[in-house]
Amino acid sequence: MNVIYTDNNATTKVADEVIEEMMPYFGELYGNPSSMHTFGDQVGKKVKQARQRVADLINADPDEIVFTSCGTESDNSAIYAAINAFPERKHIITSNVEHPAIKNLFSHLAKKEGYEVTFVPVDKKGQLNTKVLYESMSENTAIISLMWANNETGVIFPIEEVAQKAREKGIVFHTDAVQATGKLDIDVKKTGVDMLSLSGHKIHAPKGIGVLYIKKGFKFTPYLIGGHQEDGRRGGTENTAFIIGLGKACELAKNNLELMNTEVKELRDYLQSQLLEKIAGTTVNGVIDNRLPNTLSIGFDAVEGESILLLLDREGICASSGSACTSGSLDPSHVLVAMEVPFKSAHGTIRFSLSHYNTKDEMDHIITAMVPIIEKLRLMSPFWKDGKMV
Amino acid sequence: MWDYTDKVKEHFLHPRNVGELEGANAVGETGSLNCGDALKLYLKVNENERIIDATFMTFGCASAVASSSALTEIIKGMTLNEAAKLTNDDISDYLGGLPKAKMHCSVMGQSALKKAIADFRGVQILEKPGQIVCECFDVTDLEIIDAVKTNGLETTEDVTDYLKAGGGCGQCLERIEQVIESVKAKG
Repeated sequence: MNVIYTDNNATTKVADEVIEEMMPYFGELYGNPSSMHTFGDQVGKKVKQARQRVADLINADPDEIVFTSCGTESDNSAIYAAINAFPERKHIITSNVEHPAIKNLFSHLAKKEGYEVTFVPVDKKGQLNTKVLYESMSENTAIISLMWANNETGVIFPIEEVAQKAREKGIVFHTDAVQATGKLDIDVKKTGVDMLSLSGHKIHAPKGIGVLYIKKGFKFTPYLIGGHQEDGRRGGTENTAFIIGLGKACELAKNNLELMNTEVKELRDYLQSQLLEKIAGTTVNGVIDNRLPNTLSIGFDAVEGESILLLLDREGICASSGSACTSGSLDPSHVLVAMEVPFKSAHGTIRFSLSHYNTKDEMDHIITAMVPIIEKLRLMSPFWKDGKMV
Repeated sequence: MWDYTDKVKEHFLHPRNVGELEGANAVGETGSLNCGDALKLYLKVNENERIIDATFMTFGCASAVASSSALTEIIKGMTLNEAAKLTNDDISDYLGGLPKAKMHCSVMGQSALKKAIADFRGVQILEKPGQIVCECFDVTDLEIIDAVKTNGLETTEDVTDYLKAGGGCGQCLERIEQVIESVKAKG
């Protein structure tokens, strides 16, 4: 059975070009980039090229790029660097729809380190309540960390505006751009963020490689203390093959950015409009005109997400649900709860996230599969009768 | 992905006895849309108190659908007295087991059955004895004590898996832990 992969916010296919670029560095080109011999240095030169490619994608300088093992490490490094830089400040700000890498870290800092945390709420469309955010900023605030775009709904936050307010108040600003990278035009110089996290496996590089952008001049303290690598900002021998792969992926992402915002967006919009048209009791989550171009979070009344996913799986279609139906916690995801998405559709929310590898035929296949799946589940549901909720 | 048995998958993909039951003379409902799963059980019971037909309507995950389907298959042909002795483990065993985190699906089946039997007999199910610990899922301290003792549960996660208690807002997790500790202390 052919797999139709529409779960690209979870992870992406490693691009063939990326694999090709990486292969020699698993094999004969195994040198250490720090070595004083030509054999190691030829790898060093490739790592340098990769750093330049990453920098080019986000309009940074190469020496502002630090390679890490993943987005979570980048996030943790950024937050700890900020609170180390301002040890006397005991207040930190984030939103209540962040990825666990930030959400749980902030909760940890509140619980274990006594930090006061402001979790800025979002409205029913998933948009940030900037009024609450700006009112909570004070001279006691060590850092503001906001995701550039939401992984579940794709809703985009006003990063440039917040970064400017933070700068005016002298507060460090970090953005988790893991989902935004490769989908939006990211320009750290224009935006003026202090730190930015991104992850390789969301942009067609492998899992296990991430980046932390650190603005020149920021007083950074390393999270992983060790050798001189990454200019003393992250100890540990460089993961050369993955860094080189990520460099290639960033080059591809830059070239594909327009494609993402035209053809991929058109596919997403097509899938969205067809599902809305062909299936009653269907709602799109998040503000329609300010989302990532590839993301569709869509709720189906009176049915449950896991059931939909398992039936889609039978058709070879990969997607995600909006609820973490684990350990008896049947609550919808914290993102949908924060948006106050009604229970009737929150439990039946599915996220389709596309890439440029998807085709219109695949969208048609999904639409054709979804209609009878929802129908079948609604026939079973005690909350659905004669074409509507009961 | 869940590690469902073939039997769970089979009952999910091809559930038996789905739909409202014409001429049903007993109905049991449990769960709600807000909880994330719900089951409505319909029974046709004859003059000898034997269940001659059973159907269901379920909103929920694969194991909730499979548990409901299994329940209807198990109880068909039973007398109400026999059915009243059915436990959630019987449902789970019929399906070759459920993942621990999904045990509450079988509990839901047992609960709907109890309510249907009470409905047939015209018995009001009395308000539950004990104190409500989990407001989200309406679970009392006595129910938690019972589940902990019967199933040898050790952690709050275990209790959530079996009763859902603590799986909503999470505010009662500390209280659940106290209840577990009190059972342990009493040996």
